[in-house]
Amino acid sequence: MSDIKKYIVNGYYPTIGIECHVQLKTKTKLFASVSNEAREAAQNTLVSHICFGLPGALPVLNEKAVTLAAKAAFALGTEPQTYSKFDRKHYFYPDLPKGYQISQFEEPIILGGEITIYLENGDRKVINITRAHMEEDAGKSTHPAGRDYSLVDLNRAGTPLLEIVSEPEIHSAEEAKAYAKELWLRMKYAGVSDVDLYHGNMRFDVNVSVSKDPSKLGIRSETKNLNSFRSVERAVEYEIKRQIELLESGGEVVQETRGWLDDFQKTVSQRTKENAHDYRYFPDPDLPPIILSKEYVETIRSSMGALPQEWRESLEEKGLATQTIEELLLAEVEFDELHFLDVFTAIDDEKRAKNFANWVLNIFVPRQRDKADIVCDVERMKSIEAAVYALLSGGKLSSNAAKELLEILATEEKLPTDIEQFAEEKGLIQMNDSGELEKIVDEVIESNPKPVEDVRNGEMKAIGFLVGQVMQKSQGKANPAEAKKLLQSKLS
Amino acid sequence: MSQSSVAVFSWPKINDIALSVADGSMTAVANVEKALSLIREYDNTYHAILSTCEELALEKAKKIDDMVASGEWNAEEYPLLGVPFIAKDNLLVKGTETTAASNMLKGFVAPYTATAVQRLENAGAICVGKANLDAFAHGGSTENSDFGVTKNPHDTGRVPGGSSGGSAAAMALGYTPFTLGTDTGGSIRQPASFCGVVGFKPTYGRVSRSGAVAMASSTDVIGPITSNTEDTALIMSVMSGKDELDSTTIDSDPNEFRNVSDKKSVTVGVVKELLSDAVAPEIREEVEAAAQAYRDNGHKVVEVSIPTIDVALATYYVLVPAELSSNLSRHDGQRYQYSADDTATLEESYEKSRTSGFGREAKRRIMLGTYVLSSGFYDAYYKKAQKARTKLISEFNKAFETCDVLLGPTTPSVAFKIGELTDDPIQMYAQDIMTVSVNLAGLPAISMPVVRNSSMPIGVQIIGQHKKDAQVLEVASLLEGRES
Repeated sequence: MSDIKKYIVNGYYPTIGIECHVQLKTKTKLFASVSNEAREAAQNTLVSHICFGLPGALPVLNEKAVTLAAKAAFALGTEPQTYSKFDRKHYFYPDLPKGYQISQFEEPIILGGEITIYLENGDRKVINITRAHMEEDAGKSTHPAGRDYSLVDLNRAGTPLLEIVSEPEIHSAEEAKAYAKELWLRMKYAGVSDVDLYHGNMRFDVNVSVSKDPSKLGIRSETKNLNSFRSVERAVEYEIKRQIELLESGGEVVQETRGWLDDFQKTVSQRTKENAHDYRYFPDPDLPPIILSKEYVETIRSSMGALPQEWRESLEEKGLATQTIEELLLAEVEFDELHFLDVFTAIDDEKRAKNFANWVLNIFVPRQRDKADIVCDVERMKSIEAAVYALLSGGKLSSNAAKELLEILATEEKLPTDIEQFAEEKGLIQMNDSGELEKIVDEVIESNPKPVEDVRNGEMKAIGFLVGQVMQKSQGKANPAEAKKLLQSKLS
Repeated sequence: MSQSSVAVFSWPKINDIALSVADGSMTAVANVEKALSLIREYDNTYHAILSTCEELALEKAKKIDDMVASGEWNAEEYPLLGVPFIAKDNLLVKGTETTAASNMLKGFVAPYTATAVQRLENAGAICVGKANLDAFAHGGSTENSDFGVTKNPHDTGRVPGGSSGGSAAAMALGYTPFTLGTDTGGSIRQPASFCGVVGFKPTYGRVSRSGAVAMASSTDVIGPITSNTEDTALIMSVMSGKDELDSTTIDSDPNEFRNVSDKKSVTVGVVKELLSDAVAPEIREEVEAAAQAYRDNGHKVVEVSIPTIDVALATYYVLVPAELSSNLSRHDGQRYQYSADDTATLEESYEKSRTSGFGREAKRRIMLGTYVLSSGFYDAYYKKAQKARTKLISEFNKAFETCDVLLGPTTPSVAFKIGELTDDPIQMYAQDIMTVSVNLAGLPAISMPVVRNSSMPIGVQIIGQHKKDAQVLEVASLLEGRES
């Protein structure tokens, strides 16, 4: 019960459950061989007799969607159900051409599962998953202002979705946001979805209630179609506050669907559930049940790359800080084609891992955001890392020169066979030749009698100036540490 | 051969027609023109046909004749070369009006072709027209057609049966060498029985449903209506097989219908529950005569019991309305269908379009189906009916442990008079009592005609095992050519 205390807001215990619609990244729709790429297409061009609900049109399941849903099961810490089936959910709306949506009601492809969420103070918490089911999206309705008609675009009708339902185990806006983000990361890493939030690849519905008695659930509102982590957080915050204020002023929370107005940062009532809809679910007789063999499930499991939590563990083992790891995980999503994380698999030295993390976050990510010209090739990136790190740790490169070299190498069409020689030609290798360095040091001592005198008198601050002079004279090629050592020995 | 005595034209067997077109002694165009002229000449009397597709059909026929003339073609690919046929008007044929005999779809021109029809046309057959039916295939008399009843060719005061009444009447009249129907609860077999023709309901999933206006997805199947089992086998060999547009289709051996095996002795089970007192004595006699015919030919005849048949009708009228209420949801007046004018709100548009677009029977069944799927009633009706269906299937399986095929009547009575049952939907539903259990079990079955002088035809039904469609035809063929 002590855990409950920290969640209490003005005497109320908030409880949140989240439903998330994830768009599966298939080429074609869930039940029709029609392209899914609805973003740029003109209205009602990505439709067939199936999407249009013509008489005699039958749904045929896209196997790829099943594969992706099975991957999602593993990403949620469970396995896909070996038996699942589709049901029809009936309601009338112009953007629902058949008068029913094909969904999974009784036997969804995923039952159970859990994810660990990561909070900003370093805390972790496990949120259980109730279920996840496949379903087809509806079309898109628009209601032009001041007109006596509405418009329907069926391009989106039939897009495959996976609806993931959490248990009501989330108790704060921060947790809601962390849950949304973790789900997003997992769907991306499992290759289930493109997770493009801007284009609605993931949409969150938050069910929020508050109660004075933590053992009882209050009446909930459902705020639909949130498409950013921030709006999830804000909508939950807003609903908790609104419901508490309502209750405190003697009012009652009504069970209803609400929408989020991002411009006003508030939720508004859309429709009350007074007349609870009877969807008349029943098994879709046009679609045989989905039966997955053990072998099929195993093939899918073995085809999957590492998930965020696995990366977290392995990067932690390499000594990286939590914050750095989270940033790397995000960088991987932003530039998934570069597979930065895979490069770490070739690194087992802590110092080297930290160094590469630094390069990724401070050199490659800004470069890619700015110019998007890094060559996508993991093996190549591995050899660049190895070669440049060797030069850097061997003192042959300054960190500035390393940055310059990395940018050149990462974007150069052809990777030079001898990177050291290449760096030499580019004038990036530090002067480690003691003869040449000594000559410059001598010159500097010769032409700076005052600071030299100061150093001799024990004013060590002046040595910095002298090192700077050496660097200048060597056009930056001198190794500053070596230069300092040499100056010290000559002036002691 | 039990050639119908009412035929206005007698076509050769389908294989012979195809051969004649192939060797140039007949042309596809002449066949199509013949069929169209028969419809023009006789159909004012019978109203079996809702529309013809003269231009399209002649165009397709001309192409076939040109192809034959060119000599550059492979006869094996065209087993139905130049053979005209009529499709029930709930089957989509691209470029033709497909109404399902409902005002809801009046004027709807199909933008694609049903797989079954496409396969027939790919084999050289030509669709010349669309046959009448009970609207959306709801009924057993064509009296529920929004475009008028079809008259039985044996007695124009009587119904042709239904829902494929137009197809059965057209076949009995001989408009074309074969016609297509759909069978959800008896809709091919019952009208075939009433009209004295051969009506075959294939195993569920044997023929693709893609492009058939859905009634009940789990029992609907397309099948041929012909004058003999040899033609039925030929049509089935072309039409059946897995279709990527229908995931409920099943694999089948395309050669099954071509290799008629040796007529070894079979065990025929007479189903006790199908010979109740509800069956007219004259029909029971014909079933007994058929049983005797098998005995005479050295086959074994035994009595079997399938007790759940007694509740099959109740089961059917829960499950089928449930599915059709869902399947008809798409007819909401918002896209290609009938849409009511002068509606102020979306809600009103739905309500008025569906209220005036659907006929009485469709609305009755939509209400039934909506009711049994409603929360609170689902378990009591739909789930319970599914259990009865499972039990029925296991009883059929058990019967097939000792029998190769089952025998019974197709209908409890001969064709009734037009208007006789229209005010009594329960009596009308009871007409399906002999046929629905076969649909619930997904089995193949055929109605074989017993044509009698100066009285209405009777149908004898042979039911086969799952996927053993060819065996049904083979056993049924023994009933051909008998005198009654």
